[in-house]
Amino acid sequence: MMDWTNSIIQGVLLGGYYSLIACGLAFMFQVMGVINLAHGTLAVLAGFAIWTVSDHLGVSPFVALIGVLPAMAAVGWILQRGILERSARGGQLVPLLATFGLAVVIENLLFEGFGADTRSLAPYLDTLAYDSWEIGDIYIGQLSVLIFFVAVALLGGLSLFLSHTHLGRAIRATAEDPDTVGLIGINARKINAAATCIAMLTVAVAGMFLGMRATFTPYSGPAQLVFAFEAAVIGGSGSLWGTLVGGIVLGVAQSIGAHINPQGFLIAGHVVFLVILVARVSVVMPVFGSLARRLRGRTS
Amino acid sequence: MTAPSAVRVERWTPGSRIATAIGVVLIVFLAVGPVFFNANVIDKLTLLFIYVILAAMWNALAGYGGLISVGQQAFFGLGAYSAVRLANLGLNPFLSLFVGAILVGAVSLPISTFMLRLKTSEFAIGMWVIAELAHLLVNLDGLINGETGTSFIELNQYDADVRHTLIYWSALAAMVGLLAIVFLLLRSRVGVSIQAIRDNEDAAASIGVKVFITKRIVFVLAAAGAAAAGALWVASAITFQPQTYFSVQWTAYMIFMVLVGGIGTFEGAIVGAVIFFLIEAWFGAAGVWYLVGLGATALLFSLFLPRGIWGSLEDRFGVRLLPVGYRVKSTATANPPDA
Amino acid sequence: MNDILAVDQLDVRHGLLQAVRGVSFAVAKGEIVAFVGANGAGKTTLFRAIAGAHRPTGGRVFFQGNDITPMPAYDRVRRGIALVPEGRRLFTQLSVLENLTLAGAVRRPGRWDLKAVLKVFPNLGGRLNSMAGNLSGGEQQATAIGRALMTNPDVILLDEISLGLSPAAVGRVYDSLRTLIKTGTTILLVEQDLNRALSVADRVICMLEGKIAAEGRVQDMTREQITDAYFGLHRAAAQGAGT
Repeated sequence: MMDWTNSIIQGVLLGGYYSLIACGLAFMFQVMGVINLAHGTLAVLAGFAIWTVSDHLGVSPFVALIGVLPAMAAVGWILQRGILERSARGGQLVPLLATFGLAVVIENLLFEGFGADTRSLAPYLDTLAYDSWEIGDIYIGQLSVLIFFVAVALLGGLSLFLSHTHLGRAIRATAEDPDTVGLIGINARKINAAATCIAMLTVAVAGMFLGMRATFTPYSGPAQLVFAFEAAVIGGSGSLWGTLVGGIVLGVAQSIGAHINPQGFLIAGHVVFLVILVARVSVVMPVFGSLARRLRGRTS
Repeated sequence: MTAPSAVRVERWTPGSRIATAIGVVLIVFLAVGPVFFNANVIDKLTLLFIYVILAAMWNALAGYGGLISVGQQAFFGLGAYSAVRLANLGLNPFLSLFVGAILVGAVSLPISTFMLRLKTSEFAIGMWVIAELAHLLVNLDGLINGETGTSFIELNQYDADVRHTLIYWSALAAMVGLLAIVFLLLRSRVGVSIQAIRDNEDAAASIGVKVFITKRIVFVLAAAGAAAAGALWVASAITFQPQTYFSVQWTAYMIFMVLVGGIGTFEGAIVGAVIFFLIEAWFGAAGVWYLVGLGATALLFSLFLPRGIWGSLEDRFGVRLLPVGYRVKSTATANPPDA
Repeated sequence: MNDILAVDQLDVRHGLLQAVRGVSFAVAKGEIVAFVGANGAGKTTLFRAIAGAHRPTGGRVFFQGNDITPMPAYDRVRRGIALVPEGRRLFTQLSVLENLTLAGAVRRPGRWDLKAVLKVFPNLGGRLNSMAGNLSGGEQQATAIGRALMTNPDVILLDEISLGLSPAAVGRVYDSLRTLIKTGTTILLVEQDLNRALSVADRVICMLEGKIAAEGRVQDMTREQITDAYFGLHRAAAQGAGT
């Protein structure tokens, strides 16, 4: 019994991480209708950047993050203006292909620069990566709890940002109707670039925590992309909080799966994802498509 | 009202007649090739045929069906797996290639039922999840034993030369067969439906195009084709390691070939495969930089030349070698406008 | 030059269709010009081109003497041109208040702020926190006009503001228009309802198939002249008047 409880708790906490990696992906999709296939790889890029700073300057990854955040925001700006904006004109197809190509470029350049060795940020953390609280027979990792709370805080912050700041409102308006925002003096291109920057900030945070709770290699990106996507879709993200719900469901499914069978971790996650997807398309319209369309007020 | 004989609708042009004739001659030449090709040439051509299959199938799915899948490696891997599995159960290895591909095509049918209801981006990554799941499930097979994999040892009953030649002919037959199916499909009512759907799904549905069935046909064909390619690959390589066959790298190659060649054009897939084959032959040894180059090329093409090489040529010069479209010819004027 | 807005030989395509052909006219400061014409005459496309929402294929747009043709829409808003688009195009996922304040962020100096807008459209006062998508037609139109006003425009373009509204709602909207008129803002409006159009406008321009078929001061033109041009009768005369 305790084992199952333990699995579920670990799964819930894992869900916190998944919502972190998923919220940037979902955010970009809601605002620009684009799935960034380089999303996972960009998180890994951030992870490597933080690792490099931590390693060379001997500082904690949290401190390194402060330097990496503006760098990732810049990456976001370039990504939007250089690639996504241009490829969006080609319809749905081209951004997928362009971001896929970008992912291949980034991960192989990372391999060229850092080699195949797995990296981790845990060594720079004192003992945070290993410390846990003991409640009866259950061990709750301090890092996992921290990640969960950061995820909640981030989602809360993003929600507040979207509802209470001018830029947030502008982003929501641009997501719905990018043509009409120009008529009230808003530069849609700048707004989309800002949204991508924000998404990249969340990606940087996610990349940091990826490095802390696990190891990563230049080719770890795709796996993270798949988790992010699954969490976002399971949560049926009409809102950012959906990624938390989805992340928790995914995490719990994976943990229970691992409990049943060592190979079960990934299989359970994928199966739950597909089951929910099938149920959704059989019963309700695909959430991304119709909700996003309504958000944007036009047909895709 | 114009007189009925003032306009003629044609399918074949002089150019396409010549091109098709050349194509037939080429195929015959390739078929008798093993008589005078050396082993290296046979192997290289087999590789090229497999690439053409991959490109043509991904192009049919994406370019004609409007379905971007980042998970076709699912079927590539399953095709290889089926071939190995069937041979292990006692079926003739070459028959296993064929039957394996058909089986995978059949398996893709139920998958299509729900996957095709997804929107573009969900479908793209959803197929990737299917590939990951297929990979994990194949690993559970005792014969495969996780990432260790197994070998297509049943092929050893054949002499090396005979084996390579038989694989060559299988690959040639598969390539010609699949290309012929795509060609006929495009010329048929299904083909027109496909392109109508690709251009505007809602409009197509409103004029009675059976959107779902049409997409399904393309999906199953692409799956069976990718499976055939996977089966042929494992026949050439002998070893089957799930990690290799279910890798998203295969999608990267398919995307590259189709983007560079020309998405949505029949000839473009072939052009792209040939270019990819050459680039791999020349630069493959460059390891990581080769992959960077592939990714960068795909990225640049998608941004600046989204119609690909053949697509751009087609746009500029109106060249279309194979008669998959229609041309409206006015019998009165000298210059026929393209339809 | 007294003209605040001038259009010179404007050509605009809408998809494959040439929606606006060689249109030229000028508007003086404070003038109210009504554009009438059948559906498809090119009025909406013309307005969108003036506002910068649609790129012309030929010709130029001048605002306060400057050539603004290459300028994107958001720059034109900052200069003082606002469009209330056909169909309102409110941000339905934002509240009325958010729709208004978003436009107000342009911070152009002028008399229009939230209070001023609510004075003209008091019915919005109680609906500030409602989602724009949940409003009635009249309330939506009020919000759309209010949103444009929040940018403090020197020239405001109103595209079919009576479309889809009940007669009472139309009446209310046109009443608020009179308040706008008193402030001396230059107004261009597209209006299907000829009576309404002629009741507020100083000048009327009648468009037909992308060209100007007739124009003149309201008091100088007879009803027959306008409806003839509207329906394309006496086409030869109409084409002569279009240049």
